[in-house]
Amino acid sequence: MIPAPFELVRASSAAEAVALLTEHGDDAKLLAGGHSLLPLMKLRLATPAVLVDVGRIDDLSYVRDEGAEIAIGALTRHHLVEHDPLLIEHVTLLAHATSQVGDRQVRHRGTVGGALAHGDPASDLPAVALALGATLVAEGPEGRRQIAADDFFTGFLDTALADDELLVEIRFPKATGAGWSFQKFTRRSMDWAIVGVAAVHAPGGDTGVGLVNMDSRPVRAAAVEAAVTSGAGAAAAADQAADGVEPPEDANASVEFRQHLARVLVRRALDEAGVGA
Amino acid sequence: MEISLRVNGAASTHDVEPRTLLVHHLRETLGLTGTNVGCDTSSCGACTVLLDGLSVKSCTVLAAQADGSEVTTIEGLAHPDGTLHTVQEAFREHHGLQCGYCTPGMVMAAVSFLDDHPAPTEREVREGIEGNLCRCTGYHNIVKSVLAAAGVLDDTPGPISRPTPIAGATP
Repeated sequence: MIPAPFELVRASSAAEAVALLTEHGDDAKLLAGGHSLLPLMKLRLATPAVLVDVGRIDDLSYVRDEGAEIAIGALTRHHLVEHDPLLIEHVTLLAHATSQVGDRQVRHRGTVGGALAHGDPASDLPAVALALGATLVAEGPEGRRQIAADDFFTGFLDTALADDELLVEIRFPKATGAGWSFQKFTRRSMDWAIVGVAAVHAPGGDTGVGLVNMDSRPVRAAAVEAAVTSGAGAAAAADQAADGVEPPEDANASVEFRQHLARVLVRRALDEAGVGA
Repeated sequence: MEISLRVNGAASTHDVEPRTLLVHHLRETLGLTGTNVGCDTSSCGACTVLLDGLSVKSCTVLAAQADGSEVTTIEGLAHPDGTLHTVQEAFREHHGLQCGYCTPGMVMAAVSFLDDHPAPTEREVREGIEGNLCRCTGYHNIVKSVLAAAGVLDDTPGPISRPTPIAGATP
């Protein structure tokens, strides 16, 4: 299988990528690691006329301590995120969940920004970004703007990014010492999650719960978060894991099975993150 | 478009279509057919090669993305005098293959894995090669081979694998 023909243009900076996106409009797609886009193109489910290759913009690969937040360059590859000492210490949930993305070969190529900008509800990292309350930084012709994770995932494979914007950075609030858990149910080890759960719980503070593959877009388990905040124990809160979301039905699972998995996995996640019984 | 690679130490420059996948460039343009195409959907790992030292699935990398990089395929592992690489030798010694189709990808994935985990546990090996499928399901000897290549194979037969003679069973 090979993709339909396309023109490949290379950007050597974020500004050049934005200029190329502006020039080519919605005929163009950004190519980073390519591990979401190229499979779609090989199956001819995506046939962009132009690929803007941003994979060589080395200055968008970094992890920086910026006080209350850790800033990660959008083109930082998964294998660097999962082993980064700053992230392991301050945003442990992200480092761990990233180590569960695909397999080693996939993590050598895939990037954190690519995984988020693809907006796939079956992808692991959007749920983590939602649970942790990340901020996504986009660069466009008018400069940079910040988008809260809650406002970023707008639909199936759709995000708040405009056609001429490039995701350049993701900012995660430090969750040093907070309880966390990442649960992923798959039939084969390197598969996409049938259902996944990312949870973070700061004792006496916020609780964030993101769901993988439980709606047409990445979503929070808002009912669970509200229940924990109002004092519910893990079991009672987890009972509401499938409330207010519309899970898909596919060859792997029925709606009812996904709802069941969500309740079981959220229960495990809340227990592991330290939400009391 | 023109791309330049160093494949198994040799420089090469070719004109490729942008949509050319690295695996097809290696097999069809460079004639390096040791790298196999299995599932063609980045699941099975048969097409694994090293790109700048890291294992990648070459069916999901454009040749153009590898422009300027160093690529190592299964053909580039053995020493110039023909002596096998440690991982190849371990697969040979411990029969880490059945039909052999997944073997080039398994070996390349193992080489990259052992770079990061020089003394792995069996569990780490199994997780480290999770991106490579063997349809013969010959994982037992593959794992044994990787452990042997790392020099950490405990080859002592355990109590279960050694049948206990039953008194009186032989006349």
